[in-house]
Amino acid sequence: MAGEARNLKVRIDHVSKVYETRNGPTEALRDVSLDICENEFICVVGPSGCGKSTLLNIIAGLQMPTSGKAYCNDHEITGTGTERGVVFQQYALFPWLTVKKNVMFALNMRGVKGAAAETEALEYLKKVDLEKFANHYPKELSGGMKQRVAIARAYAANPEVLLMDEPFGALDAQTRTQLQSELLETWEKDMKTCFFITHDVDEAILLAQKVIIMSARPGRIKEIVDIDIPYPRNQETKLLPRFMELRNHIWEQVYKEYLEVRK
Amino acid sequence: MQKNQPGAQKSRFRIPDRMWLLISFLAAMVLWYILSVLPATSRCFPNVVETMKQLPVMIQRGVLWKDISSSMISVLSGFGLGFVIALPVAILMAWYKPVRNIIEPWIEFIRNIPPLAYVPLVVIAAGVGRKPQIIVITLATFLTMCITIYQGVINIDETLIKAARVLGASDKDIFIRVIAPASLPFILTAIRLGASVALTTLIAAESTGAMAGLGMRIRSLNNAFETKPMLLYIIIIGVIGIVIEKLIKLLERRLTSWQEKREI
Ligand SMILES: Nc1ncnc2c1ncn2[C@@H]1O[C@H](COP(=O)(O)OP(=O)(O)O)[C@@H](O)[C@H]1O
Ligand SMILES: [Mg+2]
Repeated sequence: MAGEARNLKVRIDHVSKVYETRNGPTEALRDVSLDICENEFICVVGPSGCGKSTLLNIIAGLQMPTSGKAYCNDHEITGTGTERGVVFQQYALFPWLTVKKNVMFALNMRGVKGAAAETEALEYLKKVDLEKFANHYPKELSGGMKQRVAIARAYAANPEVLLMDEPFGALDAQTRTQLQSELLETWEKDMKTCFFITHDVDEAILLAQKVIIMSARPGRIKEIVDIDIPYPRNQETKLLPRFMELRNHIWEQVYKEYLEVRK
Repeated sequence: MQKNQPGAQKSRFRIPDRMWLLISFLAAMVLWYILSVLPATSRCFPNVVETMKQLPVMIQRGVLWKDISSSMISVLSGFGLGFVIALPVAILMAWYKPVRNIIEPWIEFIRNIPPLAYVPLVVIAAGVGRKPQIIVITLATFLTMCITIYQGVINIDETLIKAARVLGASDKDIFIRVIAPASLPFILTAIRLGASVALTTLIAAESTGAMAGLGMRIRSLNNAFETKPMLLYIIIIGVIGIVIEKLIKLLERRLTSWQEKREI
């Protein structure tokens, strides 16, 4: 951003999205433009139904914009690509594969096979502290553990951009805090470009360099807030006066949009 | 209120499942006995001993093994054919909307017609003997299995497919590594339902001028007023049904133990 010469990773250029439904068209996004730089951590907040997931899916290549274009590394996004990884709220682990084989799936898809894939999968599992559960099935894990596996699997695909759609939304407060800290630590180390959706304002400020506030439907970018709190951050960051300030401001903006939805 | 009620006592001593099986069996035997002595029902429920005595009799007559093997040949070939057709059709229906729109209403339509009703048509078309039997069972099992598999495949969690896609999976990868394993539980359910339909269709299938078979024999014993062996045959069909079902359940448990248990 300002002053820093950083590589542009993802560009969203006047993107709109209208869903045609049985009850007529739903305008999910209206004229959204956004630049995401390399190594940037961006959080998106906004009331439910404002098109956050739609925006993420468009970047992922799982959905096409009705008008406008999205680019990754200057190439127009026309479908999924391994340089863009996704972590879903509902984990989306393959239930018929063990934890290790779930991670190996990602490795197999990028051509790592056999014993090499197995060794590498265990390394990724070690990073999320789950190598002991390598041979367990997803049904035997808690929600937090499942999401750790999903994150390990996403990392195993070695993407340049990590797209996360409310990844901690289904977890209890304590697990969520823990996974936030782990994600922060990882990002501070490898600085992978992150596009992270949440409805938790504290989570957004704790993690992000920039918080995007979206307006109620049709989704537009209402404000982009720079989070000028230096890294490394941890849960104590939440006690800083600057955190409180940012939190009050963002809360107020988001709350206005909540009220808009209820009208 | 510390009364020593029988209910309260039962909950203290847990009765193991095997014991329940025995209790249930004994209860049925008692009921059978009562039915065999009541004037109103004694004619269609000859007593247990009389019925079981028919087992060696039917073996001696040289028909029991012939009937069982003939029926099993029809059931297995009809069921096998039904499955081999149902699997690709179900997948095509799930994959291509036009296929679904054209086929589904007819499957629903024919599925609700009792097979006995269209047996004469099958006989007119295919003559008598083994062929019409297999056709009837194939048709009935196909309809049930096709709908079951199709329902399963269209209800596969879409996020799993998305997850595979963003990891770089091709259509082929998705089919082999996601759709196929995700469908396996439904395919096994379809096999279980199909096997059950194959047996329940047996009587209709063997009313096509069969020379032997459990269903055919029941009809002919009925015509000769031989109630005792008839009841024996009915029980044999039931036993075969349970054995098949248990075997498939065993297979299900081995192949889909990864599934999240749904308590129903
Ligand atoms: N596949 C779809 N078909 C029709 N409408 C959809 C579809 N996906 C999302 N929508 C609608 O688009 C709007 C935005 O949805 P979404 O992007 O999921 O919002 P968010 O993630 O912010 O809650 C909602 O009104 C939703 O009902
Ligand atoms: Mg959403």
